Amino acid sequence: MDYTQDLSRRRLLKWGGASAATIAVSGVLLPNFGITAALAAELGDGDIGVLNYAYALEQLEAAFYTQVLQTPFSRMQPNDRVILTSIRDHEIAHRDFLKKALGRNAIPALEVDFSAVDFGSRRSVLATADTFENLGVAAYNGAGQLLSNPDYLVAAGSIVSIEARHAAAIADLIDPYSARSVGKGHVDAKGLDGALQPSQVLPKAAPFIATPVSAATLP
Amino acid sequence: MSNTSTILGEIEPELADTIVQGRRELFTRYARAGGILASAPLVLALASNQAFGQALPKQIEDTLNFALTLEYLEAAFYEAGNKSRGLIPSKYRTVFRTIGQHETAHVQLLQGVLGNAAVSAPGVDFTAGGQYADVFDNFDTFLTLSQTFEDLGVAAYKGQAGNLMSSGEVLTVALQIHSVEARHASEVRRIGLKLGWDGAFDKPLSKSAVLAAATPFLA
Repeated sequence: MDYTQDLSRRRLLKWGGASAATIAVSGVLLPNFGITAALAAELGDGDIGVLNYAYALEQLEAAFYTQVLQTPFSRMQPNDRVILTSIRDHEIAHRDFLKKALGRNAIPALEVDFSAVDFGSRRSVLATADTFENLGVAAYNGAGQLLSNPDYLVAAGSIVSIEARHAAAIADLIDPYSARSVGKGHVDAKGLDGALQPSQVLPKAAPFIATPVSAATLP
Repeated sequence: MSNTSTILGEIEPELADTIVQGRRELFTRYARAGGILASAPLVLALASNQAFGQALPKQIEDTLNFALTLEYLEAAFYEAGNKSRGLIPSKYRTVFRTIGQHETAHVQLLQGVLGNAAVSAPGVDFTAGGQYADVFDNFDTFLTLSQTFEDLGVAAYKGQAGNLMSSGEVLTVALQIHSVEARHASEVRRIGLKLGWDGAFDKPLSKSAVLAAATPFLA
């Protein structure tokens, strides 16, 4: 294999992970054997890469909402709790579904970093949830065209509209019955929602993920 | 059993059946010979709302006209609702005005992409032959139909995604509409004092199932 040519059309994306300097050569991670190196993850090629990408985002969301319910913010109202619990359960279901679908191709469990989130604050929790849900919507929207298998596309579609429903519910908790609760700020003048490539999404997720993740072949 | 049936079966067997049936339907109806679209002109068409300068593959044209018909229905529904004096309680008016703007934008976008191939707006009867006689006088009735149309739209776009895979650009636009419909559905349900979803995975609907649900409202 011609490594030079191969590298020229591949892209290394590394999420967060302050300590582990990693380099991808032809999609193979060469960690520096730092503390998180054992958890370093390469998403992989083709449909597997896209599903692993989704799996990484679902891991992030599931871990976040699990923490939200374990350490509820002060004066969490019943309505907050019901909605956040339901969302947590969905994200866990999405994560587990993707893990099972990927089987032995699944990346490892990612180590998350929520140090920027104040779990005692409703405002901080909902703002983070808002970020994750809208990032998820744009990520799935942008990834659809990267899938080759139509069944995977419908499976991803079955998840993305739930993320969009979550985004609306979170926006409604922040600002009830507002334009924002039906997408203002994310839906453009043509009525289109966001769509981002993995290379645009991964840097936004990076601050919340400690494990170095590379996507050597995703655009 | 194929690997793909397995992955969908993990969501739920009923959903897997729906998807497989839907695909069988579409693959027998269309030759799927569309090939890859020349992408630059289409991107320009989407950016400018000007008609795509060359014939769209028949499969894509049919699918977008199906979507356009649903968008006409939704746009007309909110146009009538938003101008019905006393129908929508003031605290919900922003939501429905914003939804209406999105649906009108979707109509314009799809008309622009389809150009001369665009179907014209269908006649509508939101009372469905008298079954919902008070649809624009009674907010509860209006809300019920709003949820019906939004959930139907989400399921319809999801069910058609596979038909658009020959063009990454068109598929992405459809996904960007799909998630907006899901945001709407969630918020409309919220106004109806429900959770914004029925579960962790949204189900697709086949074209025939969508048409069966929409037909009572077409005059």
